[in-house]
Amino acid sequence: MRFNKLAKITLAAFLLVTSGIASQDLVRGNGAEPATLDATLGEGVPGSNVMRDLYETLMTEDGEGNIIPGQAESYTISDDKLVYTFKIRDNANWSNGDPVTAHDFEYAFKRGVDPKIAAKYSWYFKILGIKNGAAILDGKKSVDSLGVKALSDKSLQITLGQPIPYFLMGVSHITTAPVPQKIIEKHGKKWTNPKTIVTNGPYKLKEWVVNEKIVLVKNDKYYASNDVKIDKVTFLPIPEQSTELNRYKAGEIDYVYELPKNQYKNLMKTIPNEVKVLGRVGTYYYYLNMKKKPFDDIRVRKALSYAVNRKILAEKVLGTGEIPAYTFVPNIVSGYTAPVPEYQTWTQKQREAKALELMNEAGITKSNPLKFELLYNTSEQHKRNALAIASMWKKAFKGAVIVTLKNQEWKTYLEEKKSGNYQVARAGWIGDYNEASTMLDLLTVGHSSNNSFYNNPKYDKLMNEARVTSDDAKRNKLYQQVDLMVAQDMPVIPLFQYSNARLIKPRVGGYPKVNPLGAIYTKHLYIKK
Amino acid sequence: MLKFIIKRILVAIPTLLILISISFILVHSAPGSPFTDDRDISPELMKNIEAKYHLDKPLYVQYVYYLKDVVSWDFGPSFKYKDFSINELVNASFGVSVKIGFWAFVLAIVIGVACGVVGALNQNTKIDYAVMSFAMVGVAIPNFVLGPILVVVFAIYFKVLPAGGWNGGNIEYIILPVLAMSFRYIASIARIMRASMIEVLNSNFIRTAKAKGMASKYIILHHALRPAILPVVSYMGPAFVGIITGSVVIETIFGLPGIGQLFVNGALNRDYNMVLTLTIIVGGLMILFNTIVDILYVVIDPKIKY
Repeated sequence: MRFNKLAKITLAAFLLVTSGIASQDLVRGNGAEPATLDATLGEGVPGSNVMRDLYETLMTEDGEGNIIPGQAESYTISDDKLVYTFKIRDNANWSNGDPVTAHDFEYAFKRGVDPKIAAKYSWYFKILGIKNGAAILDGKKSVDSLGVKALSDKSLQITLGQPIPYFLMGVSHITTAPVPQKIIEKHGKKWTNPKTIVTNGPYKLKEWVVNEKIVLVKNDKYYASNDVKIDKVTFLPIPEQSTELNRYKAGEIDYVYELPKNQYKNLMKTIPNEVKVLGRVGTYYYYLNMKKKPFDDIRVRKALSYAVNRKILAEKVLGTGEIPAYTFVPNIVSGYTAPVPEYQTWTQKQREAKALELMNEAGITKSNPLKFELLYNTSEQHKRNALAIASMWKKAFKGAVIVTLKNQEWKTYLEEKKSGNYQVARAGWIGDYNEASTMLDLLTVGHSSNNSFYNNPKYDKLMNEARVTSDDAKRNKLYQQVDLMVAQDMPVIPLFQYSNARLIKPRVGGYPKVNPLGAIYTKHLYIKK
Repeated sequence: MLKFIIKRILVAIPTLLILISISFILVHSAPGSPFTDDRDISPELMKNIEAKYHLDKPLYVQYVYYLKDVVSWDFGPSFKYKDFSINELVNASFGVSVKIGFWAFVLAIVIGVACGVVGALNQNTKIDYAVMSFAMVGVAIPNFVLGPILVVVFAIYFKVLPAGGWNGGNIEYIILPVLAMSFRYIASIARIMRASMIEVLNSNFIRTAKAKGMASKYIILHHALRPAILPVVSYMGPAFVGIITGSVVIETIFGLPGIGQLFVNGALNRDYNMVLTLTIIVGGLMILFNTIVDILYVVIDPKIKY
């Protein structure tokens, strides 16, 4: 009897203590299995999510995506904006206790452009504009000639071939993270194994079961580890959204990678406080193949674009925070205000009237209809969008436009699109950095994603001019001009700006209201007490 | 018997070789390469990547390379999961699929045979109708419907079992996937067993046994069950391979790290080595289990001799 009482008191005390301390464990849904945890070789969003916790770059982001110093404590920029000198933090350490040095960065950058390593994201070093980067990638110069040099253990000098206004933003991208030379040389491609991997970020790798989970624990060697609240974070690669939702409902996941759009309304009714929507630097659009008739005719392209009711598309067909897009660059891009093209100011009725007029002018009528295939990669959502747009065209052109939907599996679709073997194709582009050129570069001549085969020398000229304009306001003015050209020439039909809707358990704090690139670092999150 | 087994193995080699060749041609003729991507990969970079994986060589050279890999049981690197070799990936996930598959198989046979026998013994009674309706439902409900239903009921509503995950294969993590996977097979086996049992029960030697006044329990266990189970045995071979390898849907629903997911992702990513390796393994297993079934036939059916 007495024992029983004692047990009860102990239990009560235990419950009292434990209820006050919420364990700082977080489980994040992560979409898919990362291709690698080697930062230099990394690719794809799921891999980046994990690696942003494992590694830290020269510059990094705060919770809302603003660029702040990371492994570099400070930096200086030469007057001609060509030479950046970073001072690496004295207390920047690898998870094995070794100091992070400028040599580690030099090694990582050179590895990134090495044609022998053939990193898939090596194109990223090209857009960073580092001296000789592009030539090395093309095999025309030796890797040693890259403009990255460790002046001392803690001083890193990066020389650019031309001024790149977004350079600091660029070196917050995970591809530019340092990697441990000694460990890589010792263990070869198996170095990312939990037993051998050494990283320099707020977390270190504890466990990795392919297609099941990746478990990270806090890295106490990290210079700001006192500010890191979550002790353990588990990433689950769950490709199926409905599966992820079920596991969220069962309480096994705190943070959903992406919620099924068809569940959005229902979730807004049942658990509205847990639904979080973030705008993103990303645009959903349709390519018009300008090499194929009649899409070489600007009237046809404009007509097809005008006839789409973007408001209905964004709000009714999608309805999870997407924004109608009339230009190519999302408004959320930092420092950028999207220009307003004339057709945006019209009512939808006016747009449709103009569309019909243009189409008829181009000789396309009910008796001489335009028949084409609309290509999209297999997905329920793309299909829904395509069906909606096809019916908008059908209605607006009164039977003069007949669309057949054609879906293909991802890689087949990519091949068809790149080789120009299509008429109209669905596409989407998520920005790699928070600057307008991450979108506008796509439509320059020679870009592998210029699948419309748009060729406007003035467009390319303005883009080149913008690239070397270091004054932010002036540069954004130039981008606006370029963005307006997209609306004028309509090589693509901008449809909507992406958003990211996910579910977050109420116990998780620190999730931002704004984060244009959607880079959510675990170190910014915490479990509420 | 030994001669039969050796003959079976010898026949398996050319069968596998044909399987490898056809898969090799098919997988390489799919549009796109393992490295097709929507990002800006220059032709030079693509060349470098392809050289790294010998993909720049003519197809027949790659074929020879691949055969060498197969013979040395080293299936090369994964094109998608760059930190692992195919061997590592398959080794890690094979155990998962076998564990789930094995229990689903055992459950399917035990319950399936029992249901079939009960149905047959109570032919055209309410019990028979109940058991067979259950079987009909089982055949009709696809596992991608059943799986989520089980999750909603047991994981979300009652919160007694996890909705997914593997965690080293702890019992609570395998119950729902095993149930979802075995249901269909329980149903099929029950139907096969019932039909075959009815046929056996109507045969002359059972009537003779009954005429001799033997207890019906003894007749069923010693005389009827053995011949009646033969069609189930022949169904077992392909079913077992199907259960182990065809569990993509179950693995996706429950987030299990098995080979079904590797197979599907391998095909979508054009991870040539992965697809070929798994094809060989599935093909090999199919041959193996058909051979085992043939051997079991001899054990069960005294009429058959090789």
